[in-house]
Amino acid sequence: MSSYYQSEDLKKFGEIGQHAKNLADDFFRYYGNVTGTDGALSRREKALIALAVSHAQKCPYCIDAYTTQCLETGANPDQMMEAVHVAAVMQAGITLVHSVQMQNHLNKLVL
Amino acid sequence: MKYDFQAQLKRHGVELAPLAIDTLQVNITRLCNQQCRHCHVDASPARREMMSAEGIAKCLDILEEHPGIAKLDITGGAPELHPGFDGFVERAVALGKQVMVRHNLTVQLDGHPHTGESKEYLPAFFARNRVEVISSLPYYQQYFTDAQRGAGVFGKSVEAMRRLNAIGYGADWSGLVLNLVYNPVGPYLPAPQAALEADFRRELQAKFGLRFNGLYTMTNMPINRFRLHLEKTGQLEAYMEKLMAAFNPAAAEGVMCRSLISVGHDGRIYDCDFNQMLELSAVSRAGKPLSIFDFDFETALGRRIAFGEHCLGCTAGAGSSCGGATAKKMVTVTI
Repeated sequence: MSSYYQSEDLKKFGEIGQHAKNLADDFFRYYGNVTGTDGALSRREKALIALAVSHAQKCPYCIDAYTTQCLETGANPDQMMEAVHVAAVMQAGITLVHSVQMQNHLNKLVL
Repeated sequence: MKYDFQAQLKRHGVELAPLAIDTLQVNITRLCNQQCRHCHVDASPARREMMSAEGIAKCLDILEEHPGIAKLDITGGAPELHPGFDGFVERAVALGKQVMVRHNLTVQLDGHPHTGESKEYLPAFFARNRVEVISSLPYYQQYFTDAQRGAGVFGKSVEAMRRLNAIGYGADWSGLVLNLVYNPVGPYLPAPQAALEADFRRELQAKFGLRFNGLYTMTNMPINRFRLHLEKTGQLEAYMEKLMAAFNPAAAEGVMCRSLISVGHDGRIYDCDFNQMLELSAVSRAGKPLSIFDFDFETALGRRIAFGEHCLGCTAGAGSSCGGATAKKMVTVTI
């Protein structure tokens, strides 16, 4: 099997509309409205959030795309790295906060 | 042709003819104390091209004879390294022209790369002649600036700006104008000019106490040194596709080749500095290459602008020119 993720494949994203086109159109319109415009959040802030989510979800396509998008909206490497740290501590926190469940159950089991 | 600029213009119903010649942009030398990685001029300490004294005199004649050419934009290389630079500025100012100098900041501290001649007098010289100083600073932090322009450039640029500020540049009371130029540090488009300008103003003031007037965003042109980098790193095609996809008709309308002519060190005339570096001469309707040595205003104004795929760099997103973005309306490209 060849390697799964190819940078070139990112360009084919639009082709998901080859089937169930109306749903793809809905998605891309929504996607464009959310990420491509300044709203209550600026495009730069949205790009930094998307970069953090890209790392949390481990999507190589999105990491490439949003590294570029962050630069094209004026973010700098310090801001980008901090966004990734937010993703990292959220994941660590989510793991650790579940230990409360472990402790609850532990307390139930232990005499 | 894969990246056909003229076909792109046609598709969008855009026709780009010269509108005016209000600026004479003159590249007086390719010699530079720096060797920036994106430089479309391929300028460096090794370059030797210099405009002759006759060439400078001819430029001044043209300025004198044509009051409509109100602005002289002197560029390089580091134009201050040309032995005739000071006289060129002073005589153009005496003609009542608005003089702009593309000043790389560091030459103030580095001096002449061959002779060691000091250039520390420049802030006072610029102020005395009320020169509009236009300086590249790719970011308000060291990381991007040194990556693009060389190790230590950020620190020297800050010091040079401090000296310009000390003499009044960037201050409201002085009327002395210091504009900065932002270039992306790689194959991506500039962020919106107004947002970046606000960032630069806030950060440079807070961290270094520096002032400036405006920030111009410029797109890196896929030519010469930057193109070579793209080719070597396998990024040229993706960059060209990005420029093509971000084509903005509103940006195209404002391209600088419609209002200026660019003069090379040998006196040949071009539609812009980029065409100059590609040796794409401006030609008359009759097909004759234009030169300052037989300059005719109407012939120059009536020329057909020469286009190539690199022109996609000036029309992408918010557009790009020596005066920054050319369109208010952006074209947004997402994944």
